[in-house]
Amino acid sequence: MELLSGAEMVVRALRDEGVKYIYGYPGGALLHVYDALFQQDEVEHILVRHEQAATHMADAYARATNKPGVALVTSGPGATNAITGIATAYMDSIPMVVITGQVMSFLIGEDAFQETDMLGISRPIVKHNFSVTRAEDIPSIIKKAFYIAQTGRPGPVVIDIPKDMTTPTERFPYEYPKSVKLRSYNPVTKGHSGQIRKAVDMLLAAKRPMIYTGGGIIMGDASAELTELAHLLKYPVTNTLMGLGGFPGTDPQFVGMLGMHGSYEANMAMHHSDLILAIGARFDDRVTNGVDKFCPTARIIHVDIDPASISKTVQADVPIVGPSKAVLEEMIQLVKESKKRPDQDAIDAWWKQIDEWRARHGGRYRTDDSEMMKPQQVIEMLCKVTNGDAFVCSDVGQHQMFAAQYYKYNKPNRWINSGGLGTMGFGLPAAMGVKMNFPESDVVCVTGEGSIQMNIQELSTCKQYDIPVKIICLNNQSLGMVRQWQDMNYESRHSQSYMNSLPDFIKLVESYGHVGMKVTKYADLENAMREAFAMKDRLVFMDIYVDPFEHVYPMQVPRGSMRDMWLSKTERT
Amino acid sequence: MRHIISVLMENEPGALSRVVGLFSQRNFNIESLTVAPTEDSTLSRMTVMTTGDERVIEQITKQLNKLIDVVKVVDLSEGDHIERELMMIKFKANGQMRAEIKRTADIFRGQIIDITPNTYTVQLVGSSDKLDAFIASLGNASIMEVVRSGVSGIARGEKVLTI
Ligand SMILES: Cc1cc2nc3c(=O)[nH]c(=O)nc-3n(C[C@H](O)[C@H](O)[C@H](O)COP(=O)(O)OP(=O)(O)OC[C@H]3O[C@@H](n4cnc5c(N)ncnc54)[C@H](O)[C@@H]3O)c2cc1C
Ligand SMILES: Cc1ncc(C[n+]2csc(CCOP(=O)(O)OP(=O)(O)O)c2C)c(N)n1
Ligand SMILES: [Mg+2]
Repeated sequence: MELLSGAEMVVRALRDEGVKYIYGYPGGALLHVYDALFQQDEVEHILVRHEQAATHMADAYARATNKPGVALVTSGPGATNAITGIATAYMDSIPMVVITGQVMSFLIGEDAFQETDMLGISRPIVKHNFSVTRAEDIPSIIKKAFYIAQTGRPGPVVIDIPKDMTTPTERFPYEYPKSVKLRSYNPVTKGHSGQIRKAVDMLLAAKRPMIYTGGGIIMGDASAELTELAHLLKYPVTNTLMGLGGFPGTDPQFVGMLGMHGSYEANMAMHHSDLILAIGARFDDRVTNGVDKFCPTARIIHVDIDPASISKTVQADVPIVGPSKAVLEEMIQLVKESKKRPDQDAIDAWWKQIDEWRARHGGRYRTDDSEMMKPQQVIEMLCKVTNGDAFVCSDVGQHQMFAAQYYKYNKPNRWINSGGLGTMGFGLPAAMGVKMNFPESDVVCVTGEGSIQMNIQELSTCKQYDIPVKIICLNNQSLGMVRQWQDMNYESRHSQSYMNSLPDFIKLVESYGHVGMKVTKYADLENAMREAFAMKDRLVFMDIYVDPFEHVYPMQVPRGSMRDMWLSKTERT
Repeated sequence: MRHIISVLMENEPGALSRVVGLFSQRNFNIESLTVAPTEDSTLSRMTVMTTGDERVIEQITKQLNKLIDVVKVVDLSEGDHIERELMMIKFKANGQMRAEIKRTADIFRGQIIDITPNTYTVQLVGSSDKLDAFIASLGNASIMEVVRSGVSGIARGEKVLTI
């Protein structure tokens, strides 16, 4: 057997795991590992400008492919800089492996130079973490980390490696394990057939059914199955922010996103439904609004791979623990075999009602109350120019909600955003992580002038590696989402929510060697955008000035039911 | 409601901190917690006494099960079980209190495990209620120090918690 040092084993194990890119930043505790990286060319290391970006790049790769991304950061400040990225992945259940350097094992606990207790700091925001205490365990720990990260409910795994575990002169026989088994970890592979049968009976008897799905369809690779079941039944489908693209956004059965900024028709239909089939969605407080008033007439079937997601905030009537894909396959089979059919009169009446709701509000926004371009118009144009087929990686704020509402996602894994943690600064590194792995596709970062400045240094990484993403900055010269809440709840006292002294983004991006475009008039938008997307091999930053006073609607009234919404600055349900 | 949850977990460094961290992170109560290795040196067993309504207890057991180091979780309070706690309690024991403490300890089947001219140390094993009752019956006045192990529990009958 080949003899390798700990450092070489780290790199070799990543190769054997099929990893092409790792995103990272070097430092003292990792020097041996970086030296091992230097001496091979199978695993390519991408040097970011801030460790947070490395974790977001790895995370976004995972969101686009459902395979774990890998980040490599040094001990102390490198590790703490990675924390926001790890928490971002954790909240959205994204598979990721983060390798952190650590001080020599015999120095741990002595407040050594660049020592932080990474196991302790990361514990509440990882699926699991490991510390290497014997160098020869490195291959098996890496194997376990990948296995844990991507099976069951996915999540980030941290491996903390003290520097003396990677000493070049200490060599060990290397073999990468073919498989792993952990007696304490056995993810489910199938739902309970009796429960599934019961659920299908209820589905076929429903009069006002709703299919409500989330991130568990995307990462469970169950979009085709969901679409098939929904089409078989002809029932309405709504997606969470994390579930967009799980069901085609242009399908007539799609009623839009639900929740705080969900569509009028989706929230109304949820509130009035008699049966909710929830799959891979976790009844987040941004979805349910006041839980005590949540969907008073609905019985709930809840399919989730994680039993802890079921009945956590809303009690399920039929819990089904299992992977979305396998459960949906079984449901499709049962529906096809069943002699019962949905009650067509009831379903027709239900659709009639939903179509009325749709006609009443249905994604309306005003263009006549301001001279300025509307952010919604920009997103609609983006959808048109990219044929609805781009990877859209968003930052956090109003622009994120507009990108969720007005871009139509027809495929899974195309809409990439931080939902659970809501991390400003996610967008640009996310777009970079996706573009590197999908060089032929259009990859867009939709951002705001606030968010983009949280990781703007990555324009330099884009230069180094030629990562030609397109940045669509909806510049409203304000922290719009914060400002909206201040408008609605604090009598427009705009405490710290506006951005004066913005940089000249055009000059800024040009100084990094990229292309900048400023657009202030709607009339110029389409041509400018087409021109930007035609520059296939250049990063283009479009600084687009939009109405600073625009709000995101609908917006649920806090602690109300799903149907309690503001529909514009003056209309309420 | 009071629940006694037994957890069988990998005897790994950090496993305990994961469990304790989970309780504080998710705002679950810990009334007492005991942990020690089992006859199988790769496993340790933890007993957590906690309170919460049905929904909270369900979340506690589910979240515990999710921890990678946790092998098995049982809510002992769901079935017939025996629970025991050990207490050592040091009294100021002068004059007539000496006889009083001895008599009460006998009634509760406690043992005096250390004596000085001015103190008695009593050891008592039993359910938490019994230990509470013992303290109550002697009043607080003469107590110098109390140390309790926290609750351990085991199911009655043939049911066992192993892998
Ligand atoms: C500014 C802002 C506004 C927001 N507004 C909204 C809003 O209006 N509407 C909205 O929906 N969200 C909104 N969010 C996002 C919200 O915070 C949550 O992140 C989101 O609602 C959670 O989506 P989800 O329920 O799909 O769960 P996810 O976080 O995607 O979790 C997925 C669930 O699926 C399960 N799962 C994973 N894999 C599988 C599998 N293979 N099979 C089965 N189950 C699986 C997991 O266990 C988990 O329970 C907003 C966020 C921000 C930052
Ligand atoms: C790191 C971080 N800090 C603070 C917030 C709170 N926050 C949410 S949206 C927002 C404003 C975002 O401004 P901008 O990027 O310009 O987007 P806009 O809402 O204007 O479209 C803030 C400050 C956050 N989500 N993330
Ligand atoms: Mg802004």
